[in-house]
Amino acid sequence: MSPALQITLIVTIVVVGIAIVGYLGFKISRSTNELGTYAEEATFQALHHMSIAVPHLGRGLTEEGAAKSAKALRKLLGCSAFLISDTRAILATDAAIEFTADLEAHAQSVSSSVIGSQKTQVHRTSGLDLVAAPIMVGGQAVGTVTALAERAGASFVRAVSEVAVFVSAQVTTAELDESKAQLLEAQMRALRAQISPHFIYNSLNAIASFINTDPARARELVIEFADFTRYSFRRRGEFTTLAEELEAIDRYLLLEKARFGDRIKVSLQIAPEVLPTQIPFLCLQPLVENAVHHGLEARPDGGRISITATEDGLHAVIAVEDDGAGMDPEQLASVLAGTTVNMHVGLRNVDVRLRQLYGNANGLLIDTAPGAGTLITLRIPKFRPPQGLETDVLA
Amino acid sequence: MTGVLSILALLMVCVATMLIAFYGLRLSRTTSDFYVASRTVKPWWNASAIGGEYLSAASFLGVAGLIVLSGQSGLWFPIGYTAGYLMLLLFVAAPLRRSQAYTIPDFAQIRFEDSVLLRKITTYLVVIICWLYIVPQMHGASLTLSIATGLPGWVGPVIVAAVVCLTVVSGGMRSVTFVQAFQYWFKLAALVIPTLFVLFQVMPEYSVPERAAAVAGQLQSIGGMSLYETISIILALLFGTLGLPHVLVRFYTNPSGQAARTTTAIVLCLLSVFYLLPTTLGVLGILYTQDLGANNADATILLLPQRIFDGFLADLLTAIVVGGAFAAFLSTTSGLAVSLAGALSQEFFQGTVRGFRISTVLATALPVLIALLTNSLALAGAIGNVFAFTASTICPLLLLGIWWRSLTARGAIAGMSVGAACCGLALLGSNMLPESSDSLWVLMLRQPAAWSVPLAFVVMILVSKSTRRRVPANADRVMELLHVPERSYKPAGDTGADRLR
Repeated sequence: MSPALQITLIVTIVVVGIAIVGYLGFKISRSTNELGTYAEEATFQALHHMSIAVPHLGRGLTEEGAAKSAKALRKLLGCSAFLISDTRAILATDAAIEFTADLEAHAQSVSSSVIGSQKTQVHRTSGLDLVAAPIMVGGQAVGTVTALAERAGASFVRAVSEVAVFVSAQVTTAELDESKAQLLEAQMRALRAQISPHFIYNSLNAIASFINTDPARARELVIEFADFTRYSFRRRGEFTTLAEELEAIDRYLLLEKARFGDRIKVSLQIAPEVLPTQIPFLCLQPLVENAVHHGLEARPDGGRISITATEDGLHAVIAVEDDGAGMDPEQLASVLAGTTVNMHVGLRNVDVRLRQLYGNANGLLIDTAPGAGTLITLRIPKFRPPQGLETDVLA
Repeated sequence: MTGVLSILALLMVCVATMLIAFYGLRLSRTTSDFYVASRTVKPWWNASAIGGEYLSAASFLGVAGLIVLSGQSGLWFPIGYTAGYLMLLLFVAAPLRRSQAYTIPDFAQIRFEDSVLLRKITTYLVVIICWLYIVPQMHGASLTLSIATGLPGWVGPVIVAAVVCLTVVSGGMRSVTFVQAFQYWFKLAALVIPTLFVLFQVMPEYSVPERAAAVAGQLQSIGGMSLYETISIILALLFGTLGLPHVLVRFYTNPSGQAARTTTAIVLCLLSVFYLLPTTLGVLGILYTQDLGANNADATILLLPQRIFDGFLADLLTAIVVGGAFAAFLSTTSGLAVSLAGALSQEFFQGTVRGFRISTVLATALPVLIALLTNSLALAGAIGNVFAFTASTICPLLLLGIWWRSLTARGAIAGMSVGAACCGLALLGSNMLPESSDSLWVLMLRQPAAWSVPLAFVVMILVSKSTRRRVPANADRVMELLHVPERSYKPAGDTGADRLR
């Protein structure tokens, strides 16, 4: 064996040895330092079992979560069997003794009667005492915890009741989380840009003016209008690709051009890499609409809108710029803060949605001054974390 | 004279790269036509871009050097580099495109939502792999510049790092597909021209059957690699390509899984065509530059024109090769720097613009330092080691993650850690060994892939089996996302209204 290989081997063994000794030392020092008197240790043990049970109850009363928390809670109570049931059936059983079908049927019947009475009940049978307490959420019993012990004294019954209160609190939190998610989703739906009534009115008027003079164009515009509304009314999914959003903007601008004629000029610079990027549904069209109405409508000679999309590492950067009237930054700030209503509602909606989806740092970035045009920049992460995936599939 | 022309060629490549990076987007896609603007990248363009990014210093200079050094065995490297794409095509391209993950850590997050640790480990592995991959590029730059112009060794790496930093940080490289596609065809041309010149000069001499047989004899006489080494290298190259971060990112430019497959098939053809050239030049190198020795074998392609021609033609051909070599360093390094900076900024700077810039500087400056402190190995061999490391870490995660429902986060973590530790320690250890020893044990340290890759797979599978209860609850849904063909992607304008126009 060559000397260099020997050195390598020796160094490896020494390093691994030091690591093992260090790890063991760390473990031992931790375990002796932290435990004090017997009472302290008991408190620590109880808290430890409870903290193990907490995350498993985080999704409410499910079979999987109940099984894991039942194990921890049985150790907490130190009883011979522990059951968690919902209003229909036993969800989980953790037993140190043989758990017979007889016992199960008995526990099931006690559980039903506890749910009916919403009170803790104690049933004494030969050899085993059974204590069942209701899990209460919002004044309703949604399930029970049942503990079996050789002899259930008053303190044991109280302990079981306390565990039931503890489980109730966890299940309540889970339901709160769920309703919070539902609230957020409802908010998102409400914020999802609606087509402005003005736009519908104006478009139909513009189309009407073509019906006699240029029926072919009118027909074309009606189809564009139908396609655009179909896109904005669609129910499926919170997200779309940049390519599809650009398509909708194209339709929108064709309709606006029917009114404004050649006063609106549009230029696009799109890096093809970002076309398949997932962006929030209708998050660009309101920005273009804002540019048309607040930037260019007032100017008799019209103006230019440019849309750019580029790649920046793991983000897509999309910008909408117009050379129109611009806005007063202070007024804009109050619009985005939600204190001024009825102006630039579209901008505020997009801003709030972006912040909810991508965090507070990723809202709209607006550069503007009166008379100096407006540049609105969005920075969207190209990767969408998986929770979006599930709502997308379900919605 | 050689020096002046080579420096001119180098400057032209740098300036051209920067100009395309800054203005390429403007040139290619300024339009008021939504239909034109929303056309996605065609597989041909995308394949050229992948080729441009993939053909690094190792392919451009290293392959010929290896053939000079180890004769026929050196041919396994171009075969492995290309065949890796076959694996990518068969097992990874389409499912990964469908997953919507942009980086390998993203994939880990999609597959195992709950495991923050797995995402972190994958991020760190990606960072290590990128750094390891950039270092040989810097070695190549150093070697090329000092051989061709006589400038000190640190100039080359600094130029490459500076150009990459400038283009990436200043917001250039935004339409990176076109820059990289250009680089592929440029590199191809930079080898085709010298090869044709050299062949036309040399062919008459070797057209006699006896002379040709003599060349074959010379090729066979060079001591090659042992059976174990060959198997190990092929394994490393086949599986290593699957996990290369900068190659995977390119696939998201494809609009669909199907387009990703087409792209990969084209890449296979492009690479096959390209590798004919360094192979040819390598064989010629055996005849004309046999005296270079192990340390300078990588310079074979750079020196070959000088050995066969003289005067202005030799200088011009050398300058073309130098230009092509720098295109190779620049394109590979910038691709890696973008991936690396993305991973770093996501992990340490919450993905802000400023964080991305700091990360880019870190991503390029550190490899320059490492390259200056270490000696240049054989380029193809150094890249081969990176492939071995990737094959023992990222590849099992991707393959099992995509094709095996029961993979658990713990299994993945265990497998990747074991693979990384074994492969990394073996490579470190083999660096300390003397060159001459050739026993099987030493070879196993020097080329660990043959045992570290299967080991990583086995550990991953066994640990996953023993933690069967921890298979993520959404595994079926993720599998569906990866394997069910997506709804066909519709480019803008291609709709009902379009038919009426």
